[in-house]
Amino acid sequence: MELIDQHTKKIMEGCKERARKAGLRFEEESLEYIVTNRDLLELTPKLMIPTLYDYWVHDVEVLKEKGRYELYPSNPYETVINTRPAISFYNDNNPDWMNVMIFYHVLAHIDFFQNNLYFRHTWDYDFTGQALSDKRMVSKLRSEKGRWVDYVIEFARGIDNLVGYHEELSRRTRQPKTNRSKMLDFYFDVFLQSEKKVKINEYVKEIKRYNQCVHESKELGEKTFFAEVFKKYPEFDAIFKKSLEDRSHQKLDLIQFILEHSQFLKKEENNWMKPIIEVVRKTSLFFQPQIRTKIMNEGWASYWHERLFLQDDRIKGHEVDFARTHAGVTSMPRVGLNPYALGMRLFQSIEDLADKGKYSIEFRRLLDAKKRQDFDADTQQGKEFIFKIRENLNDFIFINTFVDQDFINHYKLFVVGRRLNQARGVLEYYVKSRKAEDYRKMLLDKLYHPPYINIDHSKASNGSIYLVHHFEGKPLVKEFISNTMLGIEYLCGAPVQLETSEVVQVEASKPQLSIPGLTMPLHQESKEKEIKWQRVRYTMKNRRLSKEVISA
Amino acid sequence: MDTKLKKLYNKIKKNGLTPEQERKIVLELYDDATHDVPGEGLVAAKTGDERLIPASKNIYTYNDLFDLQAISALQSTHNTSLRSIDELLDRDKQREKDGFPRKINVGRLIKAGKGGKDKVVVVPSTVEEKFIHDTSLQAEEEQPYGGSGDGEEGEVIGEQPIRAPDDQSGTGPGQGEGGQHEMESNAYDLGKILTEQFELPNLKDKGKKRSLTRYTYDMTDKHRGFGQLLDKKATLRKIVETNIHLGNLTDISDIDLTRFLVSPRDLVYRILSREKDYESQAMVFFVRDYSGSMAGKSTVLVVAQHVLIYSWLLYQYAMQVETRFILHDTEATEVPDFYTYYNSKVAGGTQVSSAYRLVNEIVEKENLVRDYNIYIFHGTDGDDWDTNGKESIPQLKQMLTYANRVGVTIAEHAHEKTNNSEVEKYLKKSGLLEEKKNLLRMDVMQEDADEARLIEGIKHLISE
Repeated sequence: MELIDQHTKKIMEGCKERARKAGLRFEEESLEYIVTNRDLLELTPKLMIPTLYDYWVHDVEVLKEKGRYELYPSNPYETVINTRPAISFYNDNNPDWMNVMIFYHVLAHIDFFQNNLYFRHTWDYDFTGQALSDKRMVSKLRSEKGRWVDYVIEFARGIDNLVGYHEELSRRTRQPKTNRSKMLDFYFDVFLQSEKKVKINEYVKEIKRYNQCVHESKELGEKTFFAEVFKKYPEFDAIFKKSLEDRSHQKLDLIQFILEHSQFLKKEENNWMKPIIEVVRKTSLFFQPQIRTKIMNEGWASYWHERLFLQDDRIKGHEVDFARTHAGVTSMPRVGLNPYALGMRLFQSIEDLADKGKYSIEFRRLLDAKKRQDFDADTQQGKEFIFKIRENLNDFIFINTFVDQDFINHYKLFVVGRRLNQARGVLEYYVKSRKAEDYRKMLLDKLYHPPYINIDHSKASNGSIYLVHHFEGKPLVKEFISNTMLGIEYLCGAPVQLETSEVVQVEASKPQLSIPGLTMPLHQESKEKEIKWQRVRYTMKNRRLSKEVISA
Repeated sequence: MDTKLKKLYNKIKKNGLTPEQERKIVLELYDDATHDVPGEGLVAAKTGDERLIPASKNIYTYNDLFDLQAISALQSTHNTSLRSIDELLDRDKQREKDGFPRKINVGRLIKAGKGGKDKVVVVPSTVEEKFIHDTSLQAEEEQPYGGSGDGEEGEVIGEQPIRAPDDQSGTGPGQGEGGQHEMESNAYDLGKILTEQFELPNLKDKGKKRSLTRYTYDMTDKHRGFGQLLDKKATLRKIVETNIHLGNLTDISDIDLTRFLVSPRDLVYRILSREKDYESQAMVFFVRDYSGSMAGKSTVLVVAQHVLIYSWLLYQYAMQVETRFILHDTEATEVPDFYTYYNSKVAGGTQVSSAYRLVNEIVEKENLVRDYNIYIFHGTDGDDWDTNGKESIPQLKQMLTYANRVGVTIAEHAHEKTNNSEVEKYLKKSGLLEEKKNLLRMDVMQEDADEARLIEGIKHLISE
């Protein structure tokens, strides 16, 4: 890998200047590298992070089954990575005009990385630097512990899609704590209300008493107040401490829980595993926002590379070249979903609507179709509006909010259905629906969404872990359950249980025997097969998996 | 439905069937799948247009490197993949010792080119197992895609030939094209791994036409100018010869060596040469049941095993072994290459005897017995409409008169009772397995067997 030459770098700096003028915000420094095929061979398994830790699965070409993007929260072919400074990769024979277009695209990505709040937790450090020190740590351990390092990585990666990404975000954006003590909050907010269910006048009396205590002595007020409480409710102390413990549990994701409570990892000789598991978790957290903002991020970048390229005064004469490439990337496919195309059109239409002031109560009150169409308050707030969106939204909210019937109609979008035409022996693709509702549902169904699995502490016993899969209409991939649980058991040093939902095994549909004399087979009515679900519990104990049905 | 099949069914029925047997037969009888070799991907219908791209590309497969910069997809080279296969296998063995299940599958796929240019695609595949959603339940129905452009609701905008009747489009033998992340490697890579373990049994001297051993390398060939080892005697002779021609050696009694010229062409070297030891030649018949009941894992398994045998033959016997491919349902047919053999889809009923009969016919017609050692590998799920082997057993007996080894692999369906398939029952009943132990081998495995089990199976089939 080598840096781009001075000539090209100068073009990049020119692009930065123009992008800033247009309103994009990003850090001053950036690094651009030329990559060869050989570089990519090494980079892509490492998700384009040159310093990512080594792992044998990275080293070999792996058959990644189709549609299994759910396994990885990241794209192995990213052109720009979210580091400080941001690093981007280029072909070494791109013509200048094309580099200009790609630079704008990249700059918009960087702007997105550095301003979208879903990336908040990646802002304060440089991931490549962190990864490099992690990589060294891992390889040092590997020289001591050999293949066991890889087992730990493997098992930790087995649950790295269950990291508490949203908890991490919420922790960062939470309001600062009040000055009052936790005990006080608990006493008034939880204990009196939920535990004791005291009457209102009693509650008010307690508040008064508290105020009086504090009034009498600023320092000792609370103490004297609670001295009374302990007398009145001897159990309060225990309940309060238990609540503290519970709360600390609730905040932990599976990996964190294992790190903190695993008896196996607590052993002196296994202590070295902890930092490795930490690294896997950190890496996963780093990539989480990327896959959750794919449509927005690509849409944002496409929107800006189009706009800024066309305004750029340096590359006159390449409009046709640009148009061809640009259309190739951002045209709506007849069948299929293109995040560039969809995202870009959404941003453009949102800007247009906001320019006309259509995101206003005034407009929403209008019922007349003609008036709605002609409405133009000329507020010119479009740009401001889309910048707000890029800062605050992710794919889910973006689509759920802005894919509406007007958008569908304007861009002639529809949901494609597929059916078998037996007579002709073909699968037919047909226009299934042009309703915004259906299109939105189709889109949302396609978004990355790992299963929601958490730990139920009330059902665990003896250091074992009880996992509950909150069923959302999709079962887990069955053949993966065993090895994933095996990994968790290994890291915990205790049995693991998993409660999930599965399809009730239907008896193999009995073929109808033909009635003598009847030449045509009786076709089974092809009514919609109803799927029956049941709750099952898997138990992994001593590396053996067993299953029981809990309830139908 | 085929009237011929129907007739056959009625005939069998007259002879009496248990409900279980009848159930299986009826299942295949009313399955209206066909045996075509899958074609290339999606084609635009006449009503549609070429913008109809394979809808399998989801929003997360788009990326800047390919779509924006057109940096091409990457494939690792043969060499790197070969090295990693060895490493991977070692690693896998170690895993088992450490008490964890194996994680790597090798050689599960073959990508055979048409017209004899066979290539085995070695796909050491591993997958990182996690708790993820299983979307296949929806896929079975009609998973919706996005689309754009004109068209009324309900209007057909394009069509795609069916790859598999139950939408098994995707990877795997008997099911169509493979995925995109394969790496290619030729048959030797896989064969190399297997070869230490196998050897064709019962080889006899027959019509010494071809070599069947591995090549041996020896320093026997001479080469002028360069090479590995200087042949001093020959070189000296050459030098003398040259100098006689040049007139530098006029008087034999008085040789002046200082006047000799040594031309580079005079240096004679020994170089490595490929020597083959002429031995008997062999003909291997691959026979596969492609009836409707073979759908799914049993086909994958049988074909995977045949891939292993096939690539081993390619490697060890360097294409010196001739191969024939026969597919059968109720009728047997010979197909020209491994590609067709590998990719033909399952459908129809089952009559094992048809295949055996065809093999016998071919052997007889081409008088193969005289010149060839004959091996037959048959893969099936054990179903047979000919429930007592009334027709199969005589054919098999005839086969055993000339074959050096017949290996029958039965991949049992998981939902059936074990050791209960028709083929297994009648083979056992016939007593041939004991009587002709040296010639006939049977291997029964569950349809979810793994690579290691497959290789075990091959060992059993071809062991002496």
